[in-house]
Amino acid sequence: MERLELKEVQKLEGHTDRVWSLDWNPATGHAGVPLVFASCSGDKTVRIWEQNLSNSLFSCKAVLEETHTRTVRSCAWSPSGKLLATASFDATTAIWENVGGDFECVSTLEGHENEVKSVSWNASGTLLATCSRDKSVWIWEVQPGNEFECVSVLQGHTQDVKMVRWHPTEDILFSCSYDNNIKVWADEGDSDDWQCVQTLGEPNNGHTSTVWALSFNASGDKMVTCSDDLSLKVWETDNIGMQSGGGFAPWRHRCTLTGYHERTIFSVHWSRGGIFASGAADNAIRLFVDNNESQVDGPLYKLLLKKEKAHDMDINYVQWSPGEKPLLASASDDGTIKVWDLGS
Amino acid sequence: MVSGLINANPVIYEKKQRQQRSTQSLPADEYAVEPIDQLEIFDHIRDIKDPEHPYSLEELKVITEEAVEVDDQNSYVRVTFTPTVEHCSMATIIGLCLRVKLLRSLPSRYKVDIRVAPGSHATEAAVNKQLNDKERVAAALENPNLVDMVDECLAPSYD
Repeated sequence: MERLELKEVQKLEGHTDRVWSLDWNPATGHAGVPLVFASCSGDKTVRIWEQNLSNSLFSCKAVLEETHTRTVRSCAWSPSGKLLATASFDATTAIWENVGGDFECVSTLEGHENEVKSVSWNASGTLLATCSRDKSVWIWEVQPGNEFECVSVLQGHTQDVKMVRWHPTEDILFSCSYDNNIKVWADEGDSDDWQCVQTLGEPNNGHTSTVWALSFNASGDKMVTCSDDLSLKVWETDNIGMQSGGGFAPWRHRCTLTGYHERTIFSVHWSRGGIFASGAADNAIRLFVDNNESQVDGPLYKLLLKKEKAHDMDINYVQWSPGEKPLLASASDDGTIKVWDLGS
Repeated sequence: MVSGLINANPVIYEKKQRQQRSTQSLPADEYAVEPIDQLEIFDHIRDIKDPEHPYSLEELKVITEEAVEVDDQNSYVRVTFTPTVEHCSMATIIGLCLRVKLLRSLPSRYKVDIRVAPGSHATEAAVNKQLNDKERVAAALENPNLVDMVDECLAPSYD
């Protein structure tokens, strides 16, 4: 088998503080549209990076500043790629619209008591979820004219909520928290009656410390989570979405990957090709794949490669790009973003 | 803020004598990198002022030289501090001061863990978890009141 290697394509500098997160624009990277991603930082700004089709290199196209007054913790493009949502420690979420290359702040979502930590759009772009140190998860409905109406405030976590992610095809929301739990939220009554339908915690083979991130596989029947307990966990369900009888198909623990990371794992992201990447406070990026030669009782996933010293400091976020041949982007406390190519 | 002191009568200990680094120990090659050691790190944090007393963390034995573990080769430091009383609500502030001082003093390659001594605090696990959650630390350091409090405690450590 050929030896795979994670090659550094480019190191992007510009942020003047740690880079917390980034998000590839899902509407780019195919049909001749150059790849675009947004990054956000402790420097209170958001930067938009675009690939040059002739030399494949990325450059900063826009700096979104003077809107958030504190750290911008996370950012998310709407499925159409037309809107960008940014969540900040200033307790607000801003919505930006790309108007002919200029980004305008068209809406500001207020309501959380303190730091907003994560934001996510559902698959159809009709709902937005946010979460905060105030322990709550809010669901917002997108109205005409860039209006956002809060349709539900979900209480259930006992500590700050680190990340929210919608399921890739269903209107089911997942949140993970400093309380070590992952919660699954669904609208069972079809009338904005959002409820916690499942809690994945220690009694279900869950994490024993803060759960920092989660990501789904392409088909949406598996989910991977990462934690301060230095483990990655894969979860699965038999039936995505709601069952025919109206019941919810629960998720169960599939396996735990331990012994790989030496410090907190802040980020994990599953590629459409089935490789999940993790980024951790040990400055390394690791890639995992299905263990095909799995003998009975063998591990279900194996380490494909480990890139040590991928950054000079903690890695806060990793994400695969859209497109035929995905690139991996990583964001770090060292203030840089790196773009990586998986090749042989 | 705090009404009434958490520990009104703390025990004060004598400061450890400052060791002057002897000139003989200077390496022959003056450009050689000297590894960061326990004493160097202790020197960065010993004079941090207690948040509620006019004494240093060293004088209150909240930290000692032995409480600093360092592995320069692997760029790792762990500081274990002992709050003066078991229910000390100042523990997270002290921990934050230690973290900020080391953040400002050590090369950025360093990974720092801060913890309360095992058995020294009623909510040990909760305090440790909070002190080592960098997102919470980052948010705390954007809070002007907290930053003022931390800077006041750190001031003597820069003299």
